[in-house]
Amino acid sequence: MSKSTVAAIATPLGNGGIGVIRLSGDDAITIADKIFKSRSGKLLADLPGYSALFGNSVIGEEIIDQTVATVFRAPKSYTGENVVELSVHGGTLILKKILRALFDNGATPAIQGEFSKRAFMNGKLDLTQAESIMGLISAHSESQLKMASGSLQGRVSQKIENISGALVNLGAHIAVFSDYPDEELPELQPKNFERKMHDIINELENILSTYDAGRILREGITTAIVGKPNVGKSTLMNMLSGTDRSIVTSVAGTTRDVIEETVTVGEITLRLADTAGIHSTDDTVEKLGVDLAKKRIDTSELILAVFDSSSALDSDDLSLIDDIKDKKAVIVVNKSDLGSRIDLTLFKDLPLVNISAKTGEGYDALSDAITKITAVANLNPDAAVLSSERQRACAARALDSVRFALSTMNSGMSIDAVGVCLDDAVAALLELTGKRVTNEVADEVFRHFCVGK
Amino acid sequence: MNYFADNYDVAVIGAGHAGIEAALVSAKLGCKTVMFTVSADWIGNMPCNPSIGGTAKGHLVRELDALGGEMGKAADATTLQSRMLNRGKGPAVHSLRAQIDRRAYSGYMKHAVELQTGLDVKQAEVTDIEKDSDVWRVITRLGAVYNCKAVILATGTFLGGRIFVGEVNYSSGPDGQFPANMLSESLKKLGVPLRRFKTGTPARVSRDSINFDLTEEQPGDEKTVPFSFSTKENPKNTVMCHIAYTNDETKAIILKNLHRSPLYAGEIEGVGPRYCPSIEDKVVRFADKERHQLFIEPCGADTEEMYLQGMSSSLPEEVQIQFYRTIKGLENVKMIRNAYAIEYDCIDPINLQPTLELKEFAGIYGAGQFNGSSGYEEAAVQGFMAGVNAAHKILGKEPLVLSRASSYIGTLIDDLVTKGCSDPYRMMTSRSEYRLLLRQDNADERLMPIGRKLGLVNDDTWQDYCNNIELKEKEIARLRATTLPPSEQLNALLVERGTAPLSTGCKLDDLLRRPQLDYTCLAPFDKARPELPDNVAEKVEIEIKYDGYIRRQQSQVDEMLRLEKQRIPDDINYDDVYGLRLEAKEKLNRVRPTNIGQASRISGVSPADVSVLVIHLEKKRQENKND
Repeated sequence: MSKSTVAAIATPLGNGGIGVIRLSGDDAITIADKIFKSRSGKLLADLPGYSALFGNSVIGEEIIDQTVATVFRAPKSYTGENVVELSVHGGTLILKKILRALFDNGATPAIQGEFSKRAFMNGKLDLTQAESIMGLISAHSESQLKMASGSLQGRVSQKIENISGALVNLGAHIAVFSDYPDEELPELQPKNFERKMHDIINELENILSTYDAGRILREGITTAIVGKPNVGKSTLMNMLSGTDRSIVTSVAGTTRDVIEETVTVGEITLRLADTAGIHSTDDTVEKLGVDLAKKRIDTSELILAVFDSSSALDSDDLSLIDDIKDKKAVIVVNKSDLGSRIDLTLFKDLPLVNISAKTGEGYDALSDAITKITAVANLNPDAAVLSSERQRACAARALDSVRFALSTMNSGMSIDAVGVCLDDAVAALLELTGKRVTNEVADEVFRHFCVGK
Repeated sequence: MNYFADNYDVAVIGAGHAGIEAALVSAKLGCKTVMFTVSADWIGNMPCNPSIGGTAKGHLVRELDALGGEMGKAADATTLQSRMLNRGKGPAVHSLRAQIDRRAYSGYMKHAVELQTGLDVKQAEVTDIEKDSDVWRVITRLGAVYNCKAVILATGTFLGGRIFVGEVNYSSGPDGQFPANMLSESLKKLGVPLRRFKTGTPARVSRDSINFDLTEEQPGDEKTVPFSFSTKENPKNTVMCHIAYTNDETKAIILKNLHRSPLYAGEIEGVGPRYCPSIEDKVVRFADKERHQLFIEPCGADTEEMYLQGMSSSLPEEVQIQFYRTIKGLENVKMIRNAYAIEYDCIDPINLQPTLELKEFAGIYGAGQFNGSSGYEEAAVQGFMAGVNAAHKILGKEPLVLSRASSYIGTLIDDLVTKGCSDPYRMMTSRSEYRLLLRQDNADERLMPIGRKLGLVNDDTWQDYCNNIELKEKEIARLRATTLPPSEQLNALLVERGTAPLSTGCKLDDLLRRPQLDYTCLAPFDKARPELPDNVAEKVEIEIKYDGYIRRQQSQVDEMLRLEKQRIPDDINYDDVYGLRLEAKEKLNRVRPTNIGQASRISGVSPADVSVLVIHLEKKRQENKND
């Protein structure tokens, strides 16, 4: 790896109150001095580590923003290199402008995960720490933090080790049975084996389900607001996000694009898409929007299906109900302020809330319904949960292997085939806890680091 | 009084199962070779059980045979009884085991090494090995000096051998032969780090002192198969083995006399094999087990000596007689040779390269018990690999290192050199993560092309192999393409076997995939089936039936091979690798793995360490590219 100095915006893009740009590398301090003028006239180069100066970021004579520059000197920094962090007022435009100025003065863009990779290479963190830190940094709420630190302390490892211990035990039974055919060993008890494998399958399923809830807490859930034109989808989105992002008019069919927005409802982050209304249409542009909306139902993890309380359900509504019946979906009956002419029995068992997006009435009920349907309500943050996609993939592979072992045994295949399936499961779990190496681990972890952490 | 005797390319010290294979292959590859033995009457001796093969060991013999080794052929020629173990437990664990006529086997091997061109057999005790610039000076007790380019140590239990029977112990080799004590001293002087292991053997008793009516019979298989791919005739069963059991009385006598065991008295410092415990070990460690099984096996066709498998002991001789006589059928048993434990010098195989050359002593190789393994078969395959690698180095050819994915041989050597061993290493099927691929039936497909390339597989055997592969592939293709229509008879069979009857046609391979069906039972419905040799039919059946599992394992192999492809340069300095934990540095320095795959298998080296290493190598690679 070259010793170049890299820079990137370290805070999530968006209109936050404050934005941070991080520079790391041998020339970090020199480069920062070229665009930072302190109020006191001091240079960053004269500062010891762990100290800061207040001043302005400038391009030539032009002042871009007030800035606090913090200096970390190698090796006492996150990356182990010289690091400068420039804290400015948020705003994507300002951040990007400063970043470009840094590039103009010799910094190079940090690629995905570069700061963490440098930290890792300089012996500042190991792989498992890295993964947990990833979780900590992106933890927004209280329970997210608890969850991340739980896995940091090895709760996941303990639980996974118990499972892999049970698997190794089953494998050892088969091994000894095969390797010592002349010993008087008790015959393998298929019923016993079956029961143990079922137990293991249950445990892995549990772990994976808490992962899904945990991931929803950590990363949010992709959510689609769907419904016929003009039932109030955009109004609902605006109610949730508190801004006028979607075009809200009373002319049906004004939202043609899928609009993305991140909002927090209760403890959960919804990654919202407002879609064009779903109905049969001849308008080509609008048709594209409708197709997109249908696709969105397939790809979203949560559906908020909006219906107009003031008019009876028609065939478009009924086909929508059919589309969402196997998804995590909440029925949102809107315009409750305009009275009800809707046959609620048609929604069967789907969770349902009445709201008036216009007046904001019903928000709490909606929030509760979402918390409940995403299983986050039942999630005990102290319980062991997997904390990364990589860990989930390993657990899922282990589950798949144990299921395969069980079906192998039940199908009457020979015991050696059962044995290798169990071995696979153990290998997947060892990979999860970091006891077994595959080529992908490092790559995978770094790929999931966001720039700037 | 030393005199110069001769120059050799390769000197093999020891003429047991490792030494024989090493010497034969070295000579066959064109190296002028000498094999030293303490006694020319005991070449290829079986100082323990009179049998070859067994679980995973049978695999090793077949693999060795595919490469061009001798053990399989010798075993086939001297088999007394043959059994395929683990039938019914699946093809991965089918293992061939044969009772062997011990003296006949030794005679066969003695003649084979004598007949081998380029190989000299010498009865002499090697007492010293010295470095003399580019050559190793191998010196015998009588002062003969041989200058050799490579030395293969296949010293078995001879090296510093000491026998223990109760309170008595004395310096000795196995079976009453004299030990190689001076060589131990010489190796220590060189700086070879020696340590002590121990093993043991049960008593041999006379046949006419056993009441076989009180024991169970254990016959050979009705239909036997040979070890060797070049043996044309199936071996015949000419003897019966028997099973007997220990009882409470046996246990009581052993426990009462435990204090007289040198092991429990703390006199033996050597570490014994976990996988082949003595009877006193079993009684102590598995205290709640009511009885232990023992097998009564004949030692040969023209001897009355019987081997009591499972009853090795280092208790005093009179205690041995007492507890053997508690066993039903052995009430009046007469001992010809007593049981004993033997302790010997060996190295921790972590000191070896994957070629079995000692890391610190270029030109010196180890094989068999010297490397910390146990078992004739484990020894033989190492002897062969050490022989090939010694010869190839001298001839300027590439070393031969087999991957774990290719064979049990590769697995065994990788385990030894990567993990070391803390007790005598025995091969087991569970040691291979790829055991559905490494079957005894396909050892030829896995390794014979390598043997052929080495020039060790003759035209006849090779032609057979090629024909069989072609037959197999054709037959698999045919089964995949042939549809059986439903018929009353076929459905009757399916129902009888407990699987769903057909309503429409079904491909033959799909039927064969059903666990309840096999290749033979479908024959009456498969009119176009060609006549196939048994071993080809077996392969066809396994490859179709286990296709899904085989493919699963193959994808794991591919993943592992990707790691193995990332080579670590020999001259890497782990102290330069920034971010590596101290423990990992120490372990990596000790093992000095040749690639990332091997590094990842070292205990104490974590995935994070491996990632650091990968990044370091990548960094170096890019630096070199920029230069």
